[in-house]
Amino acid sequence: MIEFILNNKPVKTDQPSGSLLLDFVRYEQSLIGTKIGCREGDCGACTVLIGELIDGKLNYRQVTSCLTPLGNVQGKHVVTIEGLNMESLSPVQQFMVDESGSQCGFCTTGFVVSLTQFCLANSTPSYKDAIASIDGNICRCTGYKPIERAAKHITESLTDKDQNETLDWLIAQKFIPSYFNQIPEMLNALPKGNHDSQNGTLMGGGTDLYVQKLDQLIDQDVDLILNTHGINNIEIENDSCTLGAGSTATDLLESDIFSSAFPRLKKHIKLVASSPIRNMATIGGNFANASPIGDFTAFFLALNAKIKLTNKDQNRTIYLKDFYKGYKDLDKSTDEIVSTISFKLPTQDSHFNFEKVSKRIHLDIASVNTAIQISISENEITQTHLSAGGVGPIPLYLRETCDFLLGKTLSPETVQSANEILQSEINPISDVRGSANYKRLLLRQLFYAHFITLFPDQFTLDSLK
Amino acid sequence: MKNIDSKGHVTGKSIYLDDIPLIQGTQFGVVFDSPIAHGTITSVDYSKALAIPGVIKIITHEDIPGENQIGGIIPDEQLFSSTEVHFVGQPIALIIAESDQIAFEARKCIEIKISKKNIIVDPREAQQKDLLIIPPRTFELGDTENSWENCAHIFEGQADSNGQEHLYIETQGAYAIPMENGHIRISSSTQGPTAVQRITARVLGVGMHKIEVDVVRIGGGFGGKEDQATPWAVMAALGVSILNLPVKVVLSRLDDMRMTGKRHPYSSDYKIGFSKDLKVMAYETTFYQNAGAAADLSPAVMARTLFHGTNSYFIPNVKMTAYSCKTNLPPNTAFRGFGGPQGMFVIESALSHAAKELGISKHKLQKNNLLINGDEFPYGQIADGVELNSIWQEMESKFDIGSIEKEMDEFNSSHTDVKKGFSLMPVTFGISFTKTPMNQARALVHIYTDGSVGVSTGAVEMGQGVNTKMLQIAAHVFLIDPKRVKLESTNTTRVANTSPSAASSTADLNGKALQKACNTLLERLKTCAADHLGVSSKDITLKNGMVYTNENPTDLTWEQLVMMAFLKRICLTENGHYATPKINFDMKKEKGHPFAYHVYGLALTQVTLDCIRGTYDFDAVKIVHDFGKTMNPSVDFGQVEGGLIQGMGWMTMEDLRYNNDGQLMSNTLSTYKIPDIYSVPKTVTIEPLETNGNDMAILKSKAVGEPPLMYGIGAYFAIDQAIKSFNPNFNSTFDAPFTHEKVLMALYGSLVSE
Ligand SMILES: Cc1cc2nc3c(=O)[nH]c(=O)nc-3n(C[C@H](O)[C@H](O)[C@H](O)COP(=O)(O)OP(=O)(O)OC[C@H]3O[C@@H](n4cnc5c(N)ncnc54)[C@H](O)[C@@H]3O)c2cc1C
Ligand code: FES
Ligand code: FES
Repeated sequence: MIEFILNNKPVKTDQPSGSLLLDFVRYEQSLIGTKIGCREGDCGACTVLIGELIDGKLNYRQVTSCLTPLGNVQGKHVVTIEGLNMESLSPVQQFMVDESGSQCGFCTTGFVVSLTQFCLANSTPSYKDAIASIDGNICRCTGYKPIERAAKHITESLTDKDQNETLDWLIAQKFIPSYFNQIPEMLNALPKGNHDSQNGTLMGGGTDLYVQKLDQLIDQDVDLILNTHGINNIEIENDSCTLGAGSTATDLLESDIFSSAFPRLKKHIKLVASSPIRNMATIGGNFANASPIGDFTAFFLALNAKIKLTNKDQNRTIYLKDFYKGYKDLDKSTDEIVSTISFKLPTQDSHFNFEKVSKRIHLDIASVNTAIQISISENEITQTHLSAGGVGPIPLYLRETCDFLLGKTLSPETVQSANEILQSEINPISDVRGSANYKRLLLRQLFYAHFITLFPDQFTLDSLK
Repeated sequence: MKNIDSKGHVTGKSIYLDDIPLIQGTQFGVVFDSPIAHGTITSVDYSKALAIPGVIKIITHEDIPGENQIGGIIPDEQLFSSTEVHFVGQPIALIIAESDQIAFEARKCIEIKISKKNIIVDPREAQQKDLLIIPPRTFELGDTENSWENCAHIFEGQADSNGQEHLYIETQGAYAIPMENGHIRISSSTQGPTAVQRITARVLGVGMHKIEVDVVRIGGGFGGKEDQATPWAVMAALGVSILNLPVKVVLSRLDDMRMTGKRHPYSSDYKIGFSKDLKVMAYETTFYQNAGAAADLSPAVMARTLFHGTNSYFIPNVKMTAYSCKTNLPPNTAFRGFGGPQGMFVIESALSHAAKELGISKHKLQKNNLLINGDEFPYGQIADGVELNSIWQEMESKFDIGSIEKEMDEFNSSHTDVKKGFSLMPVTFGISFTKTPMNQARALVHIYTDGSVGVSTGAVEMGQGVNTKMLQIAAHVFLIDPKRVKLESTNTTRVANTSPSAASSTADLNGKALQKACNTLLERLKTCAADHLGVSSKDITLKNGMVYTNENPTDLTWEQLVMMAFLKRICLTENGHYATPKINFDMKKEKGHPFAYHVYGLALTQVTLDCIRGTYDFDAVKIVHDFGKTMNPSVDFGQVEGGLIQGMGWMTMEDLRYNNDGQLMSNTLSTYKIPDIYSVPKTVTIEPLETNGNDMAILKSKAVGEPPLMYGIGAYFAIDQAIKSFNPNFNSTFDAPFTHEKVLMALYGSLVSE
């Protein structure tokens, strides 16, 4: 039995935990405002909000319900467009109308739900964040400009939002219906505990699984790791950081530890998927999915991260770079799960950068991605970890290039020579994300981009030509 | 007035096909399609699929009571393949089950054997093998052959543009339900309800009167639901006729992308000649249209390529030939612009090519050759009401093209890692269906006895705001509160024999028909009021729901007048019919006056190129557009913004890929990318051109659906220009879209020799 609150009422269902939230709200509950555009997380027409109490405060995140296992909303508050409707239009809805943010309307509820998440966020509202909230919503009709204008007005209308009493303020200003202030109480009344089966498919956010094998999951119970307590903890001990493999991309983004260790974190993470996907996608899932172009895999490879593999009470720790044996072939038994990820925090003289280019800059899988962590002492390279994705059957840790760079002077010549080694370490193939030639050229450029970005005084494109 | 649907949209209360409450007993259909692009079916074994509990029936060509034929222009496409398959995704059967999940499961168990035949995906190869949908067509003006020797400069080249997936967010679908006496009611997500009705009747072997098609609205169409919404509706209806149970067929996104046709890819050759003073003297081009495996709308699309092959320029000597080439891809179909964009891309490529070789700014070449009143189009129509020069002037005065160019040059000479580029893209687009008989429409208006009004037209609401415009027209004629008017669903029993909602002309045709119906009713009511008030009906006016005589208010309200008319047994219902006057076209001579009028506009696109990564950002698009006298700025501006971005997507990131086996590689939303909110230009400015409007347009408000898409072509040439300032050796290949891959290759050439 899965229990949660759907809009203003508690619901109970004996649907399997691997069935989809989308099908439940649309076809079981006849909440038709949630639309279906793709069933692969790429359009946002099915966006709903999921709320939970974090430190006593209601926290809402938007997700694509087409990739949300029903089991992951156990004990939470699910909000569809119907749960946002009031007697008159909310300011979000009204501005969308006023600015003609809707044409055929099929995408519109998704936008309204996402923008409402922006209003609900416990942070100072900014236009940038308003746009970020709808970065997973695709509209084929409007060309987005009217939606941008609506977002601008919405942001302005939140100027006086009371950060401490967000809910009350939003209710008073008629952004959300008044039932929202009973939600904490209703959530507390729900039974906790998870309903995962121990023999079902192991699932994190499901953002890879449902895209790959939807029909094998939706009538099954699944083993949900997100219901494991502490699975998304992020901790520092000495000079090392450990995070639970169930941490989502959003957890990283919102973690103080990460944003202080990686000054460009926001920029990097913006290149990965979209807000709703990042709200669900786990780091462990990204690793275990073993896609050669996993962005977090590239990111953590360059941190020379270690992963802890757990099978019941047995643990072993290996380097992430040793996890990948061949295409989708992992050094992992079926019973093992990735439980934690750890890495040494960057030091004063180390520099980190992540680069990614895809067909569309945002909300797209990389043609090629790469990350680097490089330490410099008196213009000498004292340590490098370099990764690259999309240029081989597995996410690559470029050992030989790293070895070559070690001890060299930081200079354009060094980097150009390193590129030759790098080119010999990769073996891209032509596919829908680009030709082999392109991927080679692109990786060279992104490799150069690391240095141009990290050491702008020493490197320019001209110096590397 | 805002789109009348927007309140329903933002609250999720608007009803789309998949939202229609299901009738008990509804069954679900999933299409079984060919996995092979060309071949002969040697055997199909359905037994395992049929054995799955919940599978009700598998319908094949053998179950068709009428004709197994869905071709519109040419009868060359079967509903279900009987023996030959011609493209991957070609329907072979419909699996009907208690749920789509069961039907999908069953589909996996069907065993099919196909003996493969030679697969062709390249239109030029098809043309060489004489695989043509229709004989080639040629538009000619003057005499190109004898012009070349008088040209000071001649340039030749090739220009290709790829296809485009419509990506309406609502996939294709239909829901058919049995009515009494063998009648079937179909709800369909279609732009062409009559097409659905006609083809269903044909396949079922019944009269059209037995088939009712109803459309409330569709979740985006863009041409993709003009003809290609039909098969699914026919299949659902076929299911109903066999099972006597309601049947719903909604395509999954994967099925939709695989089975349906797209915008036509084109490969073209051009030759362009200039006089010493850089007037285009001669232009020859050959278009190879990749039609896919059946005609669908390809012949009509091809015609529009020819109509718009010279875009906004006057060229005295023109010869354009087009081949509609039959390949083993899904039949390509209508897509906003309908072949026009593909034709314009070629002439713009030719001009870019020339400008580079001549060492002058392309925009100077463009401006030097703009069409003016009295010029003859290659299809014989004499240009009239041309706004191109005033639009260009407006652009210069508002945005100062010269200083934009200067700033860009300065920026480029002081930056090495980033380069800027810009382009101008004029658009001249003819309004009317190029097939003259299609330019007709009807509207049915009821005034109810309480004074409220119901309007039915043949127009399908797909986000373009046509229902809003219809409502405005009724309220405008009757001068009553728009709240008293309701737009009914589009239904073949209320308005019959309709043209599809397409060719930008839906509002014009249906609006004019509606205007006529409303005016007739108004006259009747005025006569009734005049009788009652003892004045001449000429002196009667209606305003704000009141009757006026000689501009003086009377006590008579709209409601009282309507009731009075009813009691006097005056007809309060009217059917208006409109057929566009003056237009004609002689296909033998390829000359005539096919368009009611033209829409003009100009876009200036500015781009910044990241030369390290080969990516780009659009800084701004500035548009001067000829709306005529817009009857609804918020709807019309929305069409410009939306069309622009769709066109930019086609020219930049939308990378449709088939492999040589005719299999769609970009077959999901994760591999086929359309613009997201971060990829649109930072600013889009739209300046409406002040004009008097055109009487052929409804309320002088010009058609606006398609023309703005072609502004997006400017994106290609802006990138092209920016690349040239980084890599002066770059020889433009004119091969749209300009993906990140192509940009990086153009910036650096290849790392490894191929
Ligand atoms: C629209 C969209 C956009 C995307 N964009 C990107 C992108 O830009 N970059 C990118 O890298 N990825 C992207 N992805 C892919 C995906 O979101 C990520 O790979 C994500 O991190 C997967 O995490 P998950 O928790 O959802 O994995 P799941 O789907 O839950 O699981 C994936 C696999 O990992 C296994 N697994 C999960 N957790 C564990 C664990 N702790 N231990 C062992 N095995 C485990 C599962 O059994 C399964 O085999 C995108 C996906 C979608 C749908
Ligand atoms: S349906 Fe497209 S994201 Fe869920
Ligand atoms: S309004 Fe049609 S997809 Fe956004």
